[in-house]
Amino acid sequence: MAKTLFEKVWERHVVLEEELGPALIYVDLHLVHEVTSPQAFEGLRLSGRRVRRPDLTVATMDHNVPTLPGPVSDPMAKAQLDALRANTEEFGIRLHGTGSGHEGIVHVIGPELGLTQPGKTIVCGDSHTSTHGAFGALAFGIGTSEVEHVLATQTLYQQRPRTMLLELAGELPAGLTAKDVILGAIGQVGVDGGVGYVVEYAGDAIRALSMEERMTVCNMSIEWGARAGMIAPDDTTFAYLEGREHAPRGAAFERAVEDWRSLASDPEAEYDTHVVVDVTELVPQVTWGTNPGMVVPVTGAVPDPASFEDADDRIAAERALRYMDLRAGQRIEDIRVDRVFIGSCTNARIEDLRAAAAVVAGHKVDERVKALVVPGSATVRRQAEEEGLDRVFLDAGFEWRLAGCSMCLGMNPDILAPGERCASTSNRNFEGRQGRGGRTHLVSPQMAAAAALHGRFVDVRTLDREPVTA
Amino acid sequence: MKPLREVTGTVAVLDRPDVDTDQIIPKQFLKRIERTGYGQFLFFDWRLDENGDERPGFELNRQEFRSASILLAGRNFGCGSSREHAAWALQDYGFDAIIAPSFGDIFRTNAGKIGMLAIALPADEVERLMESVDLDSGSEMRVDLERRVIVAPDGREVAFDFDETTRHRILHGLDEIALTLQHEDAIAAYETAHGLA
Repeated sequence: MAKTLFEKVWERHVVLEEELGPALIYVDLHLVHEVTSPQAFEGLRLSGRRVRRPDLTVATMDHNVPTLPGPVSDPMAKAQLDALRANTEEFGIRLHGTGSGHEGIVHVIGPELGLTQPGKTIVCGDSHTSTHGAFGALAFGIGTSEVEHVLATQTLYQQRPRTMLLELAGELPAGLTAKDVILGAIGQVGVDGGVGYVVEYAGDAIRALSMEERMTVCNMSIEWGARAGMIAPDDTTFAYLEGREHAPRGAAFERAVEDWRSLASDPEAEYDTHVVVDVTELVPQVTWGTNPGMVVPVTGAVPDPASFEDADDRIAAERALRYMDLRAGQRIEDIRVDRVFIGSCTNARIEDLRAAAAVVAGHKVDERVKALVVPGSATVRRQAEEEGLDRVFLDAGFEWRLAGCSMCLGMNPDILAPGERCASTSNRNFEGRQGRGGRTHLVSPQMAAAAALHGRFVDVRTLDREPVTA
Repeated sequence: MKPLREVTGTVAVLDRPDVDTDQIIPKQFLKRIERTGYGQFLFFDWRLDENGDERPGFELNRQEFRSASILLAGRNFGCGSSREHAAWALQDYGFDAIIAPSFGDIFRTNAGKIGMLAIALPADEVERLMESVDLDSGSEMRVDLERRVIVAPDGREVAFDFDETTRHRILHGLDEIALTLQHEDAIAAYETAHGLA
């Protein structure tokens, strides 16, 4: 019988399955960070349990860490980071802690170290675990009770999800990014369009994307409710993985590639739902509201709540406009920004920083704007510095920070003040996400860079820029 | 986890779509390493103003909803972040059952793990239940997990679906990890068969 990518990966990982009940699924890789793990480790201690497979468990520090050098000044953040260090020592888990040279956002370092591989099941106590699906892994976020369950058993009970094919049809126009693709798609399918599904992204527009761009797409699967997002592995995937620290080597790599190739969905495979989104007319996207589905082209205007058919949508739009201090009909290019954040597990990899730097090179940040670049990992930061990208940002007036989640969720000192408006390359524009009363507009790294230079949103395609040469 | 067979109590209504877990519990409260005591931070930015005073316009600040143990909510409740703190906060605040047209997947799972009922009903049914709540004097409802039935304030019975495995575990207050560890042989056999031993 023809099978989808998801079905192939799922079936390889079933330990037990009862009719109609959930399946017990084996977990190949468990990623751990400081915020959602302390209660899980405490649970193990209280019940006298061990970590079943410390060798399949990898920890990092990312959510809480300051991005300026020096000690952690917040006592609660420090206690949580200390707890992770103590817990990983006690249970024998590898930790890529601050200062190790391999620290960074969990969804950046997994792929970068070659831990993320096609066909694996990957979980983490973080909803953006969907990022790893870009490799053809089945990867999803879990809560702390499930973190404890995986630590103790290396398995999880899962109801078999429905499957959806999201076909991104047509060729992406020049100057458009993976961020625009996923924001545009969420705008069409809605923030709950994927609930209950594992989504496979396919189509010419997906095949043409680099691995880092595919990660941006899969990263935001959770923003439209999908349990996970997946992309079939191909030559782009294998080329990315070859030579990475934890990827197989030599003959083992060749054998792995042969196996990984077989994971792609069979041509006749059937999905529960098939959605087509055409990208040929796509324009750079900017969110105007308080969820990622509230998005319009940069050439457009803030919508009129009265234009929404659904009563709930209308009320939500009115609320969003009040919170965002915007009015219906306001042109997006007339919206001024106070802050710019280039970072997060969505858009803080080396290609993102290169793309932003290409827009910034030789220009200055608007004097009213405070702009921040936070690389996704220590490795990304080093590479960017080798390429001179840090100089490009610093010369323009950006701050160049240490790796971490930073202002994506503002658990460290990097937050918006009440009323401040931010062009952000992160994934969530929820109320208060970047700081109480802060107003977030989600955009691509290029659009964020352009907003920093102009102090307002501008269509990055209309700017005449010389690319940076490394 | 304590066994839970039914919830009888006051109903609160939060008729907003896409309530995300960042609203249910803002990030500044995720730095604690404890599992308890999160109720005081529930809907922190919606419930309280900058001075820590209650916002009169927020639904849960209504006198009639104060002691509610059942929450009627809008579609896609608990979307966004995987933070189980959101479920902990709702439970610690006093809610034992949330009824909505749909939930964020991870939130729904988290609720089931801690013995809080996340029940999905068709949108028009949730709307009817909301309409049956007396906003002036408050209303009581009953959620019977044993029979999988909700008894509305007007006495009407509404059947609901609930994942059988989770239902069994909540009804009997079972520790899921202990149950899974009974399958140790199957897990070890899987590891051997897949070269992971």
